[in-house]
Amino acid sequence: MTAQAITKTRWFPAVLGFGTVFAAMLLVELLIRLGLINRFIVPLPSDILAALPRVIIEEHVLSRFLLTAAEAFSASILVTIFGVAGGVLLYQFRLLREATETWVAAVAAAPLVLIYPLYLVIFGRNATTIVAMGFTAGIAPVTLKTLEGLAGTRRVLINVGRSFNLTPWQQFWKILFPAALPTIFVGMRLGLIFALINIVGVEFLINFGGLGQLINELAERYDLAGTYAAILFVILISINVFVLTEWLERWLRPVE
Amino acid sequence: MTLPKAAPRWVQPVTALRIAIIVTILACWEALAASGLLYRDVVPSLFAIGKALFNLLTVPDMPVDLSRLGLQDAKIPAIYWHLYVTFYEILIGMVIGGLSGLVAGIALGSSRLLRQAYEPLLYYLGPCPKIIFFPVMIMWFGVGPGSKVAMGAISCFFPVALNVAGGMREIDKVLIRVGRSFRANTWQMVTKIYLPAMRHPIINGVRIGLGVCLIGTLLAETKLSNSGVGFLVIQAYSLFNMPLMYALLIVLFVIAIGANALIGKFGGLDDIKRR
Repeated sequence: MTAQAITKTRWFPAVLGFGTVFAAMLLVELLIRLGLINRFIVPLPSDILAALPRVIIEEHVLSRFLLTAAEAFSASILVTIFGVAGGVLLYQFRLLREATETWVAAVAAAPLVLIYPLYLVIFGRNATTIVAMGFTAGIAPVTLKTLEGLAGTRRVLINVGRSFNLTPWQQFWKILFPAALPTIFVGMRLGLIFALINIVGVEFLINFGGLGQLINELAERYDLAGTYAAILFVILISINVFVLTEWLERWLRPVE
Repeated sequence: MTLPKAAPRWVQPVTALRIAIIVTILACWEALAASGLLYRDVVPSLFAIGKALFNLLTVPDMPVDLSRLGLQDAKIPAIYWHLYVTFYEILIGMVIGGLSGLVAGIALGSSRLLRQAYEPLLYYLGPCPKIIFFPVMIMWFGVGPGSKVAMGAISCFFPVALNVAGGMREIDKVLIRVGRSFRANTWQMVTKIYLPAMRHPIINGVRIGLGVCLIGTLLAETKLSNSGVGFLVIQAYSLFNMPLMYALLIVLFVIAIGANALIGKFGGLDDIKRR
């Protein structure tokens, strides 16, 4: 097989991508062992990998993960209930939509996570603050996407409902909601990702809760390899959640 | 026949409803503040917040050494110094993260192999919470502005790189062929063809990048800092000065939403939406 043929195979880009990451880690390992990078600032990649099982077992990563997952789940439930209800409300009352849609969009673009000290004062340093922060970060995209999904329902479907003399209640549950569901799910996915990012971030900032607190604790103990391992673990969890929700979204979306 | 005179803007239903909503929220806020249902000062009166905002922006409480300029020492409101520090950190973070994102995006967008190999890494790393890198940034760049700049740069890099890479793929192939037929070199292709054709994706990436850069920098300031607006917010929390905290949050949101709107306006993003 020639070099040109190898580069055209399906697996070559993935091998190149992961190979580059692996090569970079090897290079860092070499530079640290040669003393060109201070090992008290950057730990050996081999030490980070070796620290992973220790961090998972000794730092009770499973219970921390479950706590973060529970916070994210609670925030997602709240975001879904209030976000979808808000979107439906804006769809049903046109005047309200025209008056407030730009406000909701502005809220979605605002750096809301900065109000976490305010939540600390109101709710205290506990899981409620973290869930409230996740909820605040996630609600705007769900509201906007629900509105977009309902407003984008094909005219022909609405007319079919009318020709069957459906009541407004039936029209909503039989026509509008099923038609808008894929778009609503896009919003729920965005809301979950925003909530999760903010939950882990606030856990880290207020040193309370699950995975975010783990990173903060290890950093404060100056456990370098452990800190890097915990960051790696959180990245892997985030990627998995992202991939899973993406897969669910594709599964829900009708074939175009 | 004369056309009926249009109703004044404030009488129009949408404007009237907006005014009604704002007035209701403010009235509820004031009633809650007066009721004492929440802990004292958690919901301060609007008057207290307005006074804190006025003091924050106008009362000179920080001495400034102007002797080097041959001027007498003066005092300025401390918020402007902290805004300057935050602005400086965000600006440098944006320049570093934005430029490296631009280069990475152009590289990914111009080669199919590079895109297939590295774009998934950026795509999946992009939504990770960046603040978790802050302990590492402190170790690398110290507790001063360096670690905040680094947080801003990391946050900004991903949206800019992904937007530019996406924009590169959507450039009209005719433009690229025109450049090649004129035997343009790589630098000329980038400056004469790619960058002008990708104006909107770049501006969009910068707009998203600015938002996350602002968040990354300010969150880092709230975690460990002795200057910047994030530091002021967390200091107001520590001192339980709630009117000041609300005033700072108002200033921050006005700046963030204003900067977002300005980039959209001057970047021509409004034109795309109207088209």
